[in-house]
Amino acid sequence: MNFLLMTVLVAFRVLGRHRMRSVLTMLGIIIGVGAVIAMVSIGEGAKAAVQARIASFGTNVITILPGASTTTGVRTGHGGAVTLTTADMEELRKIPGVTDVGWARREAMQVIHENKNWFTTVNGVTPGYLVIRGWSTVSGDFFTQSDVDTAAKVALIGHTVAENLFGPGEDPVGATIRVRNMPFKVVGRLIAKGFDTRGSDQDDVVFIPFSTAERKVMGTRFLGSIGAGFLSAEAPEQMAPVVDEVKRVLRQRHRLRPNQDDDFTVRNQLDLAKAQEGASEEQSMFLLIVASISLLVGGIGIMNILLVSVTERTREIGIRMAVGAKRRHIVMQFLVEAGVLSAVGGLIGVGSGVASAKVVSQLRGWTPIFSPKVLVGAFIFSAIVGIVFGLYPAFKASRLNPIEALRYE
Amino acid sequence: MSLIVCRDLVKTYHLGEMEVRALRGISLTIEAGECVAVMGASGSGKSTLMNILGCLDVPTSGTYVLEGTDVSTLDGSRLAEIRNQKIGFVFQNFNLIPRTTARENVQLPLFYRGAPASVQRALALRALQRVGLADREHHHPAQLSGGQQQRVAIARALVTNPSIILADEPTGNLDSQASRDIMDTLTQLNLEGITIILITHEADIARYAHRIIMMKDGVIQSDRPAGDTFGARPAPQEAGA
Repeated sequence: MNFLLMTVLVAFRVLGRHRMRSVLTMLGIIIGVGAVIAMVSIGEGAKAAVQARIASFGTNVITILPGASTTTGVRTGHGGAVTLTTADMEELRKIPGVTDVGWARREAMQVIHENKNWFTTVNGVTPGYLVIRGWSTVSGDFFTQSDVDTAAKVALIGHTVAENLFGPGEDPVGATIRVRNMPFKVVGRLIAKGFDTRGSDQDDVVFIPFSTAERKVMGTRFLGSIGAGFLSAEAPEQMAPVVDEVKRVLRQRHRLRPNQDDDFTVRNQLDLAKAQEGASEEQSMFLLIVASISLLVGGIGIMNILLVSVTERTREIGIRMAVGAKRRHIVMQFLVEAGVLSAVGGLIGVGSGVASAKVVSQLRGWTPIFSPKVLVGAFIFSAIVGIVFGLYPAFKASRLNPIEALRYE
Repeated sequence: MSLIVCRDLVKTYHLGEMEVRALRGISLTIEAGECVAVMGASGSGKSTLMNILGCLDVPTSGTYVLEGTDVSTLDGSRLAEIRNQKIGFVFQNFNLIPRTTARENVQLPLFYRGAPASVQRALALRALQRVGLADREHHHPAQLSGGQQQRVAIARALVTNPSIILADEPTGNLDSQASRDIMDTLTQLNLEGITIILITHEADIARYAHRIIMMKDGVIQSDRPAGDTFGARPAPQEAGA
């Protein structure tokens, strides 16, 4: 321990003697580690933002879309036929593992408040839908089951709609807005959720009871047909069995023969998350390759300068051997020098990586995430790189013949 | 028990196709406390002998017993230990580590012995005192004169309290005044009981020894006492130069 400590001190002094050279040698490691830290931290921040968007959709949500009927060979898109009804959804409620059920229909239309108007999406929804999607209000409250039962003309408005129809600081709760020329009482203002994974504004929305939408606002070709159904599962691991059961129940209720395609589509929020994960995994792989290359280059720089150092200090090595240094002492001395070079470089690299991630994020409005695991890992890895690349010069030094080394000019 | 007992030392080098026989059978006994000068022209094999006696090299054949240990068959690691514990080197070109203080240079053998830092410092200071350089402990070699550098080297050689000090042309790079100082220092150390082996081609220097071994073409040509009392300077013709 004593020996190691003193060797480290000597290494610092030797490297300090050639300050410029040491810094230039470290540059490869500094840039490599710095770039990786910056990229990983910004990337982690971006990933967290995407995950937050996915989560903003609600947790463990399964979406069922009607349509894609193929009876005539012409496939319509989602919602192209009346193939999903409130009765279907009530049946799905019985599947074990399902915690909430809700449904919705939507139509884009103009909404008016006093002298302001706004074109938005009006959704007829059930209270269950609001729960599944994880909505809550900043003021007022959700409409109730009795509002649904009586097809009351009440509305919840999203953040974007509230901003466009009401003045700043004005509380929309209690106000009356007009939808299709019918007065609706605003009962709640929703929290702001931001953009979804596809980049559309989740807050540009008005929710009214499903029954009201069906009977008074949008009309229907078939009573009870819905635009989309939503289920939430108790836990992520229950998503897959619930999805299978949903498909089975719906096929049975729709009397589909085994050779017929589904007349509905089931979407699973987990699939979306998985796709995202796959993309970020690829990104991490790419980062790893870039990092490895730059550290490799840095390591070669260290090896190069150590080889120079071994040659320059041949006589010193001879002296050390003459007074009793064993091979391992000489190996240790140069390995420690390599380790100090790369560890100091790694440390500076971590610092500059964090700093540059902060600067870049500040400029672009991102939020980097600095994980201690990554910072420490990058530092340790860079130190290891130095030691690995120091092995050859160190062994070369230890193999010197003391007699020749002492005579070296 | 003799300090050094060498029997039939042979050292053969291979330089490509050529075989160079640097030592062709050297037998030699040196007692503790002696001061021996090994003389010879360049190529006589005296440097090879010194390398083997200093445990920097091993003989091709023959045995070398140092203080009862046969060191001619030891591996590099054990030889390093022997060098560290029993041998102090003084070289012609001083061989101090540059940009390192005098004290740290003197400490070096203790460092490889794994001595605690405080012990290293204390012993190094004492060694510097013995060569009269206690006030130069923080000087770098470049800040010292040649004679002072060589005295630092002597301090480094004796800091471990070795059995032998091997001095290879210790005055070769010094002027006559500094040479005398260095030889006086070595003489003093010999009087204090340290065995000294001098490798030199200068008769003036060999005169400080009490036994002179002449080498030629890898064999000992002559081995005789230089004078009755140590430190007495025999006439040049008696030195066999």
